[in-house]
Amino acid sequence: MLKIQNLHAGIEGKKILNGINLEIKPGEVHAIMGPNGSGKSTLASVLAGRSDYEVLEGTVEFLGRDLLDMSPEDRAALGLFLAFQYPVEIPGLNTVNFIKTAVNEVRKYRGEQPLDAVVFLKRMKEKMALVNIEQSLLSRSLNEGFSGGEKKRNEVFQMAMLEPRLAILDETDSGLDIDAIRIVSNGVNKLRNKDNAVLVVTHYQRLLDYIVPDFVHVLYNGRIVKSGPKELAFELEERGYDFIKNENTVEAV
Amino acid sequence: MNTIDYFKERFDQFQPNDDHSGLDKLREQAFEKFTLLGIPGIKHEEWKYTRIGNLFNREFHLPADPLTASINASDLDDLRLPGHEQANELVFVNGFFSFSLSNIKSKGLEVLTLEEASENGYKDIVNQWLGDSAQYLKDGINALNTAFVHGAVFIHVEKGQIIDHPLYIYHITDARSVNILSQPRSLMHVNESAHVQVIESYTTLGTNESFTNQVMEIIVEAEARFEYYKIQNDSSKTNQVSTTHIRQVGKSFTHAVTISLNGGIVRNNLNVVMDAKFCEAHLYGLYFQTGHSHIDNHTIVDNMKPNCLSNELYKGILNEHASGVFNGKIYVRQPAQKTNAYQSNKNILLSESSSINTKPQLEIFADDVKCTHGCTVGRLNEEGLFYLQSRGISEKVARSLLLSAYASDILEQIHHLPLRSYVEGLISLRLETDLK
Repeated sequence: MLKIQNLHAGIEGKKILNGINLEIKPGEVHAIMGPNGSGKSTLASVLAGRSDYEVLEGTVEFLGRDLLDMSPEDRAALGLFLAFQYPVEIPGLNTVNFIKTAVNEVRKYRGEQPLDAVVFLKRMKEKMALVNIEQSLLSRSLNEGFSGGEKKRNEVFQMAMLEPRLAILDETDSGLDIDAIRIVSNGVNKLRNKDNAVLVVTHYQRLLDYIVPDFVHVLYNGRIVKSGPKELAFELEERGYDFIKNENTVEAV
Repeated sequence: MNTIDYFKERFDQFQPNDDHSGLDKLREQAFEKFTLLGIPGIKHEEWKYTRIGNLFNREFHLPADPLTASINASDLDDLRLPGHEQANELVFVNGFFSFSLSNIKSKGLEVLTLEEASENGYKDIVNQWLGDSAQYLKDGINALNTAFVHGAVFIHVEKGQIIDHPLYIYHITDARSVNILSQPRSLMHVNESAHVQVIESYTTLGTNESFTNQVMEIIVEAEARFEYYKIQNDSSKTNQVSTTHIRQVGKSFTHAVTISLNGGIVRNNLNVVMDAKFCEAHLYGLYFQTGHSHIDNHTIVDNMKPNCLSNELYKGILNEHASGVFNGKIYVRQPAQKTNAYQSNKNILLSESSSINTKPQLEIFADDVKCTHGCTVGRLNEEGLFYLQSRGISEKVARSLLLSAYASDILEQIHHLPLRSYVEGLISLRLETDLK
């Protein structure tokens, strides 16, 4: 589904990713872990198409298409979803109108008719129940004045409405207490099926207690330096990132 | 060329011989002032960024009568605003008030010519307040309007009357055969405990140039509520200096919203004089300009007495080569203790060649006051844009959503709902055509 080959990228002349290789297949959950500054969020941003990042080398194929050649909206329409670490507050933009526009823009891209109001409302109610979000929140301006947990629940709600093939969760657990993490993770888990995949980007292992990965990759200095099964996450939690740093320093010598 | 000589000639032609209203004296004084001050140039502090001098290099015709006959019912139908079926409608043509085209329905709302008003029971009000704006607007353009007070109107809202339907004021300029200079003038008295909503709009017929130099003065008495909306959405060949001068002489409430969606050179003067304790005023503005249009919003809030509250928020979007000015003056006079005055001006520049000059000006002579002001100039929120795009929304639609969202808190201040949806519609249409 997603095939990243030798990806090099940076921002404002500073190189951050130094040759990432990663393949994700339908039905899989991958976790990318790493210390601060290792390039986790850069990877998520480059995949979603944030324009201030510059791709220097490498290819990314998504569902057989050249991902790097597409606009952010086309990537989304094709089935890529990024849950933001810091969802943007937009005063004056009603959340429901926003989601309705997004759903119908994606449908337009796929050559489908816009959803009529009744069908949209029905689908919205279903997904609201799925991710445990209340109507009162959706009647407000997009993310404006939402708590950290409400913002992240809103991200998962948008994911539910857009039904992506690949969801990238960028530090979704940051700033959340345990209850909020549980609610958000439950939402994500309910959306999983054999045709879609999830890429969890996180600093801590705790989110992975709830969204259990099939593979864990450790990112350091812009490269994946270690990959393994979910147990690798526990090892990192126990030993900290220093052992990765040390191992890699030794290799470099 | 419209020189002072031209205006002198017209002035003499205009002055009637049989005027007993006392207005002739006012006109003469004003004309003298005009000859002295002339058209304000860029050396005039209040006109630094708005050049109207060049407009007078063109040949404008200042009509001596309203030419009402030239306006037919279908002309009028085309420019009527939504909700007009219920509304009271006042029509000015080329600066002259037209009784035949106007329609007053509400009880407690009285409309007279200014001459009539100054000859009967409203004499004192006219004598006291007509020309009050000149105290604040010390320039030739304000004097020029007063020098040509003809076909002006006096609007009276009776004591205790809640006017059930809004008052729509249409300013029509008939520029189908020549360039037109028009100078509408009105004086409004909102008596004690009365409530009224006023909506002004401007339309030019034909493709010649027009220049409207308008003055409206409003006196708001104790416990009254005055709601005012100005909608400017005329062609690039229409220029305006539009003055709305509000004096709150008793504890009263003012709510003013100015929406400017295009034009040539447009200058708005909005003055609120809080001449009584515990007055409250809310001033909102939205300007969305494109092409080579120029919008200038000059506001004055004068706190003369204690315990008044004013809140001001103006927001702008400037595209292509459009330029803007915001100048917000707040006076807090020495007796005006416990004043609360807030002011904010925000701008989004959508293009490299658009510009804005924004200037808050606070002059505070009292010591126990709360005043804040601030202004911002920026681009469209890039992070917001990416967020919307990442949800599959195309860049064009995303920009349009963000700009609508930005404008929404001003549009919410339009309390007359048919008007609000009308303006929202105009803005959506503009977003569709302007954003490429």
